[in-house]
Amino acid sequence: MSDFIQHLINGIAAGTIYALVALGYTMVYGVLKLINFAHGDVMMVGVYFGYATAFQLGRVARTTLWGVLAIFLVAMAGCALLGFLIERFAYRPLRDKPRLTALITAIGISFALSYGFQLDFGPLPGAAPRAFPEVIQPTEWLVIGDREVVVWNWQVISLLIAAALMVGLQYLVFRTRFGRAMRAVSFDHRVAGLMGIPTDRVIAVTFMLGSALAAGAGILYAIKDTSVQPLMGLYVGLMAFVAAVVGGIGQVPGAVVGALLLGLIEEFVVGYTASSWREAVAFGVLILVLLFKPEGLFGRASAEKV
Amino acid sequence: MPETAALAAPSILPIWARGVTPVLVAAGALAVAQWLLGDSPFFVYIASIVGVNTILAVSLNIVNGMTGQFSIGHAGFMAVGAFISGKVSLAFGDTAIAAIPESASDQVFLVGSLLAGGTGAALFGFLVGLPSLRLRGDYLAIVTLGFGEIIRVIVQNTPSLGAALGLSGIPQTSSLFMVWFWVFLTVLVARRIANSAHGRSLWAIREDEVAAEAMGVDTTAYKVRSFVISSFFAGVSGGLFAHFVPIINPNSFTFVKSMEVVVMIVAGGLGSTTGAIVAAVALTLLPEGLRSLFTALGGGNADLAQKVDQIRMPIYGLLLVVLMLARPQGLFGTREVWDVLPRWMSRRRRSAA
Repeated sequence: MSDFIQHLINGIAAGTIYALVALGYTMVYGVLKLINFAHGDVMMVGVYFGYATAFQLGRVARTTLWGVLAIFLVAMAGCALLGFLIERFAYRPLRDKPRLTALITAIGISFALSYGFQLDFGPLPGAAPRAFPEVIQPTEWLVIGDREVVVWNWQVISLLIAAALMVGLQYLVFRTRFGRAMRAVSFDHRVAGLMGIPTDRVIAVTFMLGSALAAGAGILYAIKDTSVQPLMGLYVGLMAFVAAVVGGIGQVPGAVVGALLLGLIEEFVVGYTASSWREAVAFGVLILVLLFKPEGLFGRASAEKV
Repeated sequence: MPETAALAAPSILPIWARGVTPVLVAAGALAVAQWLLGDSPFFVYIASIVGVNTILAVSLNIVNGMTGQFSIGHAGFMAVGAFISGKVSLAFGDTAIAAIPESASDQVFLVGSLLAGGTGAALFGFLVGLPSLRLRGDYLAIVTLGFGEIIRVIVQNTPSLGAALGLSGIPQTSSLFMVWFWVFLTVLVARRIANSAHGRSLWAIREDEVAAEAMGVDTTAYKVRSFVISSFFAGVSGGLFAHFVPIINPNSFTFVKSMEVVVMIVAGGLGSTTGAIVAAVALTLLPEGLRSLFTALGGGNADLAQKVDQIRMPIYGLLLVVLMLARPQGLFGTREVWDVLPRWMSRRRRSAA
């Protein structure tokens, strides 16, 4: 039983991180109707930004509150810039082309990033996994019984950060002028343009927001996993994508619920069988959802118009 | 769309001979090639790799190019074919047909195991084709990717398939002739499909699924059929692969392999069989050639030889982006090589004009 509770806690902790990445998928899909295949890899780049910043700060400075903040800010700003560049030069020129061209481009960017970062010349990190510096000293936040169930402080911290970012996002989308513009673009970007909404700018900012969220999530993930390597984005991106689809892609609360579900499924699969099955299970869930409820848990079914 | 007029090209052969002649000519030419070049292990190895990639590209082109369903899990079918035919060959490794020479009996068993691998892969292709009833575009792409990865993970966790270590000791009975004869068959089937009524239905689905359905094309059946045909040949290519590399393991059939094939057909032009061949040959020979070149130069260049493999993937990624931005239809679009040749070089073009 205590085993079960421990898995439950770990699963929720992992799920909150996936939720942040899934939000990026869902936001971009919302405004562009594009599955941003490269999202997970943008996250990976963010982790490396954080890694580099942590090293620049040194052993002492990076564990202070300001140090941790600096790591997050640099990573998020760097990724926002990267997201802007990707949108501007790879996706925007293709916006009115068939959707498949944009998907192929996204796959291409994902490949270029994840395998480009495996090269080991210049500032590129190489393929070997590295230990992510300890920015939050792990301590036990809550211990139940004879260490049967342990809640770590970083789990609580990442839950809080993730929750804060999600509340902020929900506020932005539903309570601000920019959010209203975003929803208008998502509804119909041509008509939104005719109504005087700067469509290009809204889409670019959405991309930057999604990428910044991914960077934040990536650092939380690196703290949890304690190691970083260039292919991490593919796996985390996959889990988050499945989460977004399960929740109903384009739906903010759906992405969060889907991600918690996926985090739990992953944790229980790894806990009770072997970790080598986890990707197959993620894909299995995805295929089942797409076959039987393609609009996801929270989405609305829409008929295809001619 | 291929030019309809090509169908009407005059032929000097009687109708009954038209089907068989290309096969006989190809078999003859390949037998000569085998006799002349079959003794050089390096050449045979490179030619076999090129052949396997060509089969993969041409067969994937039936689904992605002609039918317009974007599949990015082709390596999964290749894996199914490789492991099934590898297992079959291992099981029959010691048996031989007494009535014919041993080398001939080996080839009979090889063909049998290839057909088994192809059929197994075709069954999986049927399974993967079914979701295409409900899913379109990017979602279908992700599902095919998922199927491919699931197949790999299953192999990785199945001890009787060697788990992560893979299968070794499969009899190395593949030959230049065998690989390229299958290349020929794949191309023949792909071309025949493209120019048939069946192919017209596929093109119609590719151009506009709703319109095709309204015109009476049974879109479901055609889509599933192209998945089955395409995965059969992917399975055969996997089977061939298993019979000339010392060991097959699940890591040879990752998403990366699928992407390699996708890059080939996107670069060649979705829907162009000859474009797929040109791109497959070029994109296989280029890295191999660079690697051999740097190795031959020696010294500090040996390092570069290793870098070739590393740098291939990011370049493929960028290539996809650049292609989509600058020339989304690929090198040839849906045209074939003879459609872009100068007029005087092409009999087909002249007859079409």
